[in-house]
Amino acid sequence: MATDTLHHGAVAEPHEHHDASGTKVFGFWVYLMSDLVIFGALFATYAVLMKGTAAGPTAADIFELPFVLVETFLLLLSSFTFGMGVLAMNAERIGQVKAWLAVTFLLGAAFVGMEVYEFQHLIHQGNGPDQSAFLSSFFTLVGTHGVHVTVGLVWILVMLIQLTTKGLTPMTRPRIVCLSLFWHFLDIVWICVFSFVYLMGVL
Amino acid sequence: MSYSSSNSTTSHGSVKSYVTGLLLSLVLTVIPFAVVMSGALSTAATVVVIAATAVLQILVQLVMFMHMNAKADEGWNLMSFVFTLTILVLVIGGSLWIMQHLHLNMMIG
Repeated sequence: MATDTLHHGAVAEPHEHHDASGTKVFGFWVYLMSDLVIFGALFATYAVLMKGTAAGPTAADIFELPFVLVETFLLLLSSFTFGMGVLAMNAERIGQVKAWLAVTFLLGAAFVGMEVYEFQHLIHQGNGPDQSAFLSSFFTLVGTHGVHVTVGLVWILVMLIQLTTKGLTPMTRPRIVCLSLFWHFLDIVWICVFSFVYLMGVL
Repeated sequence: MSYSSSNSTTSHGSVKSYVTGLLLSLVLTVIPFAVVMSGALSTAATVVVIAATAVLQILVQLVMFMHMNAKADEGWNLMSFVFTLTILVLVIGGSLWIMQHLHLNMMIG
C-alpha cells in the first residue's frame, strides 16, 4: 500500500484505471497458477501410470508424431496471433483486434478438431480410455487440456460479441488481457504435453 | 511512465518480441521433434534434448508472450509462479519418487 501511494504521487491521473485492471489481471494470473497445479497433478498421474499398459498398446504404438507436430504448430501460431491482437488493442485498432481474435479462433478450432479426430481414431481402434491405466491417464491429461482450449474458444466468441456491442472499454480490455494470458498458458501446457507425453512416449 | 509499464501485467510487448517468441518457439519445437524422428542420439541424450528445449521454450513464452518479469505487480506474479513451481516439483517429483519405490518393493515382495 505504501508503495502504491508513493507511485500515485508521482504520476498523472490518466493512469488511475490501471489499478483496477492490474488487480483483475493479477487475480487471473493467480487462477492460472492454480490451474497449473491441476495440470501438474495430471502430469504426475500420467508419469506414474504410463508403464501400466495392461498388455494393451504402449505410447510408441499409438502416437503419430507428425500429426501432433501440426497440432503444436497450430496452437503456437494461435498464441502469436492473439499476441498481435493485444498489440492491436493497445494501438486502439478495434477492427484489427477482432480480425486477430477471429484468426486465433480458427487456429484453436482446428487444433480442437484434430484432437477430437485423434481421440475418436484411438477409441475406434479399441484403444479408448477404458483399456489401460496408461490410456486412462493419457485421455484425462490431454482431454483436460482440450476442454480448456474449448472453453477458451467460447470465451473468444464472447469477446468478439462484446467488442461489437461495447467496443474497447475499461471493462472489455482487462477481459481480453486475461483471455490472452489464458491462451498463452494453454500453449505452454501443450508444450509440456508435446514434449513429455508424445516425444518421450515414443522413445 | 515507469508506473504504467510496470503495473499492468501484459499491456506492453511489441511486434518484435512476439515474432522473436514465435520463431524461437518454432525452432525449439522442431529440434526435439527432429532428434526423436531421426533417432540420431542415444535415448538418454534424446531425453536431455527434449527436456532442455521444453524448459527453454516455456521460459521464452513466459517472457515473450506472457511478459512475466520481476517488476510487474511488484514482482507478485513472478513470486506466485515460483511458489507454484515449488508445488509442482513436490507433487510430480514426490509422486514419481514414492511410486517408484513402491513398485520396486512390490517386485521384491
